[in-house]
Amino acid sequence: MKRILVLEDGSFYTGEALGSDRFRIGSLIFNTSMTGYQEIITDSVHCGQIVVMTYPLIGAYGINREDNESLKPSLFGLVVRTAADKPSNFRSEETLESYMKRMDIPGIQGVDTRAIVRRLRNSGTMRAGFCNTEEEVPALLEKIRAYEPEEHPVRTVSTRSIYPIPGRSHKVVMVDYGVRLSVLRECAERDYDLIIVPHNTSAETILGYHPEGVLLSGGPGNPEGLKEETETVRQLIGQVPVFGYGLGGEVLALACGCTLNALKHGHHGPNQAVVDLSDGSVQITRQNHDYAPDAQSAEKAGLSVTYRSLNDGSVEGFRDGQRKCSGIEFEPDSCFFDNFECAMKGEE
Amino acid sequence: MPRRTDIHKIMVIGSGPIVIGQAAEFDYAGSQACASLREEGYEVVLINSNPATIMTDTAIADRVYIEPLTLESAKRVIFKERPDAILGSLGGQTGLNLVVDLHEDGILDEFGVEVLGTDLNAINQAEDREMFRSLMQEIHEPIPESVIVHSIEEAVAFGDRQGYPLVVRPAYTLGGTGGGFAHNEEELRHITDTGLKMSPVHQCLIEQSIAGYKEIEYEVMRDAKDNAITICSMENVDPVGIHTGDSIVVAPVQTLTDYENHMLSSVAHKIIRALRICGGCNVQLALDPKSFKYYVIEVNPRVSRSSALASKATGYPIARVSAKLAVGLTLDEILNPVTKTTYACFEPSVDYIVTKFPRMPFDKFPNADRQLGTQMKATGEVMSIGRTFEESFLKSVRSLETKVDHIERKELTEASKEELFSKIKGRDDERFFALAEWLRRGYDADEMQKITNIDRFYFDRLYKILEIETLVKEHPGDVDVLRTAKKTGFSDAWISRQWKMKEADLYDLRKQNGITPVYKMVDTCAGEYPSETPYLYSAYEQENESVPSDKKKIIVLGSGPIRIGQGVEFDYATVHCVQTLHEEGYEAIIINNNPETVSTDFSISDKLYFEPLTTEDVMHIVDLEQPLGVIVQFGGQTAINLADSLVKHGVKILGTTLENINAAEDRHEFETMLDRLGIPQPEGDTAVTVEKALEIAGRIGYPVLVRPSYVLGGRAMEIVHNEEELKVYMSTAVKEISHDSPILIDRYVLGKELEIDAIADGENVYIPGVMEHIERAGIHSGDSISVYPTQTVSEEVKNTIIDYGLRIGKGFHFIGLYNIQFIVDRNNKVYVLEVNPRSSRTVPFLSKITGVPMCQVATKAILGESIPEQGYTPGYHQDQRGRVYVKAPVFSFAKLRSVDTVLGPEMKSTGEALGADTSLEKALYKALLGSGVRIPQYGNVLFTIARDDKQAALDLAKRFYAIGYGLYATEGTAQFLEENGLFVHHTAKISEESENESVLDVIQKGKVSFVVNTMDAASRSKREDGFLIRRVSAENNISCMTSLDTADALLKVLESRSFAMVSMNEMEAER
Repeated sequence: MKRILVLEDGSFYTGEALGSDRFRIGSLIFNTSMTGYQEIITDSVHCGQIVVMTYPLIGAYGINREDNESLKPSLFGLVVRTAADKPSNFRSEETLESYMKRMDIPGIQGVDTRAIVRRLRNSGTMRAGFCNTEEEVPALLEKIRAYEPEEHPVRTVSTRSIYPIPGRSHKVVMVDYGVRLSVLRECAERDYDLIIVPHNTSAETILGYHPEGVLLSGGPGNPEGLKEETETVRQLIGQVPVFGYGLGGEVLALACGCTLNALKHGHHGPNQAVVDLSDGSVQITRQNHDYAPDAQSAEKAGLSVTYRSLNDGSVEGFRDGQRKCSGIEFEPDSCFFDNFECAMKGEE
Repeated sequence: MPRRTDIHKIMVIGSGPIVIGQAAEFDYAGSQACASLREEGYEVVLINSNPATIMTDTAIADRVYIEPLTLESAKRVIFKERPDAILGSLGGQTGLNLVVDLHEDGILDEFGVEVLGTDLNAINQAEDREMFRSLMQEIHEPIPESVIVHSIEEAVAFGDRQGYPLVVRPAYTLGGTGGGFAHNEEELRHITDTGLKMSPVHQCLIEQSIAGYKEIEYEVMRDAKDNAITICSMENVDPVGIHTGDSIVVAPVQTLTDYENHMLSSVAHKIIRALRICGGCNVQLALDPKSFKYYVIEVNPRVSRSSALASKATGYPIARVSAKLAVGLTLDEILNPVTKTTYACFEPSVDYIVTKFPRMPFDKFPNADRQLGTQMKATGEVMSIGRTFEESFLKSVRSLETKVDHIERKELTEASKEELFSKIKGRDDERFFALAEWLRRGYDADEMQKITNIDRFYFDRLYKILEIETLVKEHPGDVDVLRTAKKTGFSDAWISRQWKMKEADLYDLRKQNGITPVYKMVDTCAGEYPSETPYLYSAYEQENESVPSDKKKIIVLGSGPIRIGQGVEFDYATVHCVQTLHEEGYEAIIINNNPETVSTDFSISDKLYFEPLTTEDVMHIVDLEQPLGVIVQFGGQTAINLADSLVKHGVKILGTTLENINAAEDRHEFETMLDRLGIPQPEGDTAVTVEKALEIAGRIGYPVLVRPSYVLGGRAMEIVHNEEELKVYMSTAVKEISHDSPILIDRYVLGKELEIDAIADGENVYIPGVMEHIERAGIHSGDSISVYPTQTVSEEVKNTIIDYGLRIGKGFHFIGLYNIQFIVDRNNKVYVLEVNPRSSRTVPFLSKITGVPMCQVATKAILGESIPEQGYTPGYHQDQRGRVYVKAPVFSFAKLRSVDTVLGPEMKSTGEALGADTSLEKALYKALLGSGVRIPQYGNVLFTIARDDKQAALDLAKRFYAIGYGLYATEGTAQFLEENGLFVHHTAKISEESENESVLDVIQKGKVSFVVNTMDAASRSKREDGFLIRRVSAENNISCMTSLDTADALLKVLESRSFAMVSMNEMEAER
């Protein structure tokens, strides 16, 4: 069956239908990962987004039970060159297509994904949507251009109730803006006594759980839209160590009084080189963010920059030693958790 | 960290002659590295014995030494040059081994020469099995259960304990030489025995077999700040057990989840950090297809064939960056040369699928054992890029130039089920063609999947191709089907055959319907950052990224995969042509498909199209670029063979025209032309039928030389002695060459062979030199030892040769390079054997030794600048005085089981080494040494001589005897030598019951240093003793000379290096 991807600038790409037909307008971004499509599809950070995969064959190893980053994927669409119909891997449970249908995610295949990526690279992120016939394109284009998201996507992906993951080590509260399961798994491996709370939980409630530290998870959307959440974090700072990554890091930066810059087409991929300013070493990180703290503003807010992007110099991490808070823009590594634990123990 | 300022002069070691397992990839790596170091301001001294490479051009390093890669000559270079540091990790296994030798010698410490890149500790930890194992234990990485043995008994003991199958891997050998799988004790004994002999340290690793595991490779890099990155992941389509050089390899990994991929790449990072390498490293891992269990199989602490492939697959120049890391720069300081906007500390992301397909030498060696295993057999490879696996795979199949245009072989369509089964199960090099046929016929896929352990993914990809095949067959002329087939990578040649139409008509049909490819860029970043790299591949997609400029453009066709007969020499010519075009103000566009070479380095040309070299693929580019014309004369026979169809499409061939190419290649036109020019050639004719062949041979008299026309490297060329042999030849050899060109039958003239390479501009001719072959006619020129200047021919003969060369150049109206082979008979009559209207194997050799930049001059001549305008006086270039240059062939026989090593009209060598010195003997010594011949001062030599050659052999034996060599001989020969007053050790024939040692024992036990073996014309059978003698010699690394001329050359060397042992009495008698 035919399907059309329509972009804000009026360009459209005709391919074949993939997944469901629950069409929604979202912002179109691309991801350069060659493996890891399942993690990307299920990552809540993509709520409200339609993701173009640059790697041309997606679905080759199928979908398995263990590699999900959330139970229910929240992205608005997937664009691939070819979706593999016969996956091969010992853990594979189903095909990409059947999973997308089951999870009600629309998509398109058979389009020149590289052409789309080059268009996005030049214009920056654009809104886009799907339709099934050429006749529908003009009307859809109008809708795309007029489109404003109804509510902040964090509200869609955050947990609605408070729940614990008990452990015997540090007592930690995690504010869920769209947390990845792999981050929870890391916390569990570190045996944290974890309580996960919704995005709009008050500082009073959080502190009521007597945490040694608070983690702010990554998540989707523009941090500027999270006024209430930012205010909560502001109240937490100084009371308890607060560490955030991704969206959580951005909210933390705002709460510290630092402004953010929008990146032209964001950092989305597994190969983002980041310089650790403490020793000059470089690490290759997985990233998914469209905003970054402004360097000058960070300085004024009393934050020291800890990581920068090797290629475009944008701020990828910051900390405030006194107030014991720290944020990073990439997927948390063991160093992030180690520092968090040090802060909780009161070590430098 | 900025670059180091405490070192100034760096000695770089090249990899030497091309052999199986070590090919053109090191020319690419080496020349990149030298350029990269000089860019940083270092003085570079290079040592390499291979004259056919770009790397040994004087422009590449400050000092280039073309000398044998031995301890002795490397030391002399160090004495003379006093380098501050040495870099061996870019010269393959040869480079690393030489660094180890130099270190053990003590000279590095004595002269304060620091080892850069991969230091000695790292070399030893990666290469010495014991040290490697303890390192892996230290960093908690699993390796298969194994034991290191120094004797067969130890191996058998491990086998008893561990059970079978086991893998045998000899230490310090390249391409896994001498290794293999043992399924039982007998095989274990046999393979271990060979392996111990092959290993320079007489050490083998016997390990538990992990057959059936996926073989996954990572190319990783590390800098002095301990930053480590992954450049490329690669998945071998075949499971563990087939050498990665012989496997079809796909990049990036296809069947691994992110978790598995990350798990394994982390292991690779851990290893390169543990080895503390500053540069690139290749890590091979085995992954259980049914769990997360994995093993580390091998680590190459240097750039390798895989790193060349990874460089071309991603665009990331590993060798270039490695060289900079070796001198202290760090990854975050080096700009990514592809994007020029990002840094080298970056893991490339690709948005296409790359397939590498090995090129096997079995068309040359029909008798070779075609089963693939842990010992590499491929001579070269092709790579292709597509947006789907199917497209990428099919493009690589048609790039191979093995007369296939699809995953379909005609012979296999007629094969029985059992034949297919045994080809697939037996890991035959054609197993994928057989597997496709198996699935095409609807046989059981599950069974095959269990047997082969090839991932189901690849079966399904083949099914997809077969599905389209059916669609094409059922819908002749259907444009929609055509579009689908082209998107899936199908060739015009195959589709047009199914649709019973001319390929050219199908091409037109496609153009009319807009079914043409666009070109996408290889940019290391999947389009994320802007990039200007002129590195492109085709795809049937929407957006074209290749914008033709309005400059004057010329397309140069490359030479495709490296194979016997068409080696790195043609890449050398291609690169020089491209560079000259660029210097002359033209936009130089290259089309090629070989990932190993310099020509496919995107920084060489103005634009690189990584594409198959077939008519349709070239025409698409011509249509887009609208060049002034196409140059075909530098890309070997690959490019020349395309001239005809390109002209039919209206393309202009620059340089020698198609008519004149045909005049040289078509037998009848050639004969007519030579007659007109009054130049003699051996009597001969062409035939297409057996009857005609017999008639011609009867007329000119046996023996005759037979060969198909339009082939390179003397493929399927043979000397035929009688009618029976001719009948056999016509029915067997010819089948191999499914070309519609006829068979040439010539009188076999016995005499001296000479050859020239020359340049013509249409009016003037310039001949840089005449080369003389040591071996007489009957041995392929590529396998002969070649000498410049000529040593034994008279001035008169030489002048005749020059005269013929000039007349041919003018008579054929050549524009550009051409090569002529001559033969001089006993009466000093000169015949022309063949004329090649293109660059030849000897062009780099002759260019380097005469100082005439032949490819440059030829390219300018093609562009219309006459030879006098270029400052050269037409005619013969005066011989270089005072120096002799020798080019010796290098063979890879040890790696090709069951191949007869006897030399003949069909070429068998894979590479060459140059020796230059003040006398013939000295130059010969260096050339032979460089080619891998071991030349001890004293020892023994084994003679097994055919009846006809005994008299000639006696002289040689006497000379060996005179310099103190002991003689061994088989019965007949021994008796003859004894009758002539020589002392001889008798050896028994193989099957003979005798108290004497058998001839094979003598070789295997290393009692002799050389073997001289000739055979009667009639005895060519494999079962003969001679065959076994030659094979056993090859497998035991003992030089076996099958031509008395070669033996004579060797003797000259030995004689010049030994001192007379003459009593005073004898001297008195002499007076």
